[in-house]
Amino acid sequence: MSKIIVVTSGKGGVGKTTTSASIATGLALRGHKTVVIDFDVGLRNLDLIMNCERRVVYDFVNVINGEAALSQALIKDKHSDKLFILPASQTRDKDALTQEGVEKVLNELSKTFDYIVCDSPAGIEHGALMALYFADEAVVVTNPEVSSVRDSDRILGIIHSKSKRAAMGLEPIKEHLLLTRYSPERVKRGEMLSVQDVEEILSIPLLGVIPESQSVLTASNQGVPVIHDEISDAGQAYLDAVARLLGESKEHRFLDLPKKGFFKRMFGGTA
Amino acid sequence: MAPATSELVRPPCLKFKGNLVAITTLELLYYDPTGLSEALEEKIAQAPALFTNHPIILSLEKYDDAEVPLPDLRMIQSVVRNAGMILVGIRADAPEQISEAQKAGLPVFPPAKNGRSPETTEANAEDMGRSTETSSAPKQEEAPATRSAAPAELPTPQNLVITQPVRSGQQIYARGGDLIVLAPVSAGAELLADGNIHVYAPLRGRALAGVRGLESARIFCQSLEAELVSIAGQYKISEDLTGPHWKRPTQITLNGEKLSLTDI
Ligand SMILES: Nc1ncnc2c1ncn2[C@@H]1O[C@H](COP(=O)(O)OP(=O)(O)OP(=O)(O)O)[C@@H](O)[C@H]1O
Ligand SMILES: [Mg+2]
Repeated sequence: MSKIIVVTSGKGGVGKTTTSASIATGLALRGHKTVVIDFDVGLRNLDLIMNCERRVVYDFVNVINGEAALSQALIKDKHSDKLFILPASQTRDKDALTQEGVEKVLNELSKTFDYIVCDSPAGIEHGALMALYFADEAVVVTNPEVSSVRDSDRILGIIHSKSKRAAMGLEPIKEHLLLTRYSPERVKRGEMLSVQDVEEILSIPLLGVIPESQSVLTASNQGVPVIHDEISDAGQAYLDAVARLLGESKEHRFLDLPKKGFFKRMFGGTA
Repeated sequence: MAPATSELVRPPCLKFKGNLVAITTLELLYYDPTGLSEALEEKIAQAPALFTNHPIILSLEKYDDAEVPLPDLRMIQSVVRNAGMILVGIRADAPEQISEAQKAGLPVFPPAKNGRSPETTEANAEDMGRSTETSSAPKQEEAPATRSAAPAELPTPQNLVITQPVRSGQQIYARGGDLIVLAPVSAGAELLADGNIHVYAPLRGRALAGVRGLESARIFCQSLEAELVSIAGQYKISEDLTGPHWKRPTQITLNGEKLSLTDI
């Protein structure tokens, strides 16, 4: 049985696509056959972060409309032979995603894949609903600020009331909180909510905390998901999050300011 | 001089007051007076004491009927009246609908479409037995033993117990009873009850008890962090709540026209 994971947030620009790319890559690195689907029809993004935009011939909407076979639209990742990308159409709008069409594609994918990762568009409209409707698990991407937390809360309400699992009275979607762009320094200065604040408001289990990191930008400019950058803090944090998603227990890292060493303490942080 | 003085000391005969009242909204999807009449009568039969003379707003926001582009509002008004309820207004934004409402002498309220609680109208529509295409009522609305019809003569209180968090954008209404919530109520969420409201977790959203005028209704919460609390239409917003009771276990009661807060 394959597992469908939606990466969602309500608010835009919080790191859903970054997270979808890294989590899908991480699952593949751990040996699971994984496909990541871009539900952000009209605003293709995932293929850029995965550096396959020049290989897109057919897309998700073509498959839904029967204009292409699934095998023609799936793009194999350059780094891992366990990972495939189903890109979004740039020329259609989100209404092209019909519930029946999405279901048909997901059913076909679940025959061969262990994990199906759905990169949701922002908002709480049709596109976002389609991305979460069939999910088994949800990664709710949140930035440590009030408006993002509020939107995550809203999307959690929708996950609870409007998903297929809710409609059919099945076991609810398993929810995970992923706090991204976290900066302990700014938390300390009172400019951002702390992990505890966000956990308390949303009251769902914490999957991970991804620090605000220059490496994310560098990685996305190079078209390599940041999880491949094992030296970076963000890469390591995503590796940990994937391990937790697979049921391993790992202590949370990058929550506090790095402790200053003896020399830094004595002579100050900057040279 | 005497009359002038008495004019001066005499208090004004009216006062304008901001009040919040919850009113059931019927969401009309297409024109079917017979179906509407049956649904209303069925609802009244379940609990006559609750629904007789019950005020109702008709929402035309989702109305989409190719055969009857403009519903006959006078007809609907009389169907509702015959069923024993009272149509007090229309929620619409299309100009033809608004002018039709004015012709029928019905007040027009702005649509809730882009408002804070689209879930609400649908939940209420469902309550009233008029089904919408997909019920998006919060799942908690289906909590066991809460939607069972009350026996015809003796309407038992219909208390509603919610065990899941109530999230931003969700609204839950315990019609004819108390609302008991065992999980956090988020900012942007709204609780309504004809009776009392209990929240055994932080209350960060809005809580309106006694929404049909019960002045003895109370609100209890484990941590008062609300955006608004109201009893029988008298309300306080968070600005007025951030005092010694903020973030503490609190009871809210209505004394005369004032809400009072006490520790619990
Ligand atoms: N941990 C991080 N540190 C620094 N920058 C980050 C981090 N995560 C994401 N970003 C940056 O934030 C921006 C938005 O990220 P991304 O495209 O993943 O968000 P999104 O939620 O998918 O946006 P949209 O809602 O538009 O689809 C990008 O420029 C990305 O590089
Ligand atoms: Mg995106």
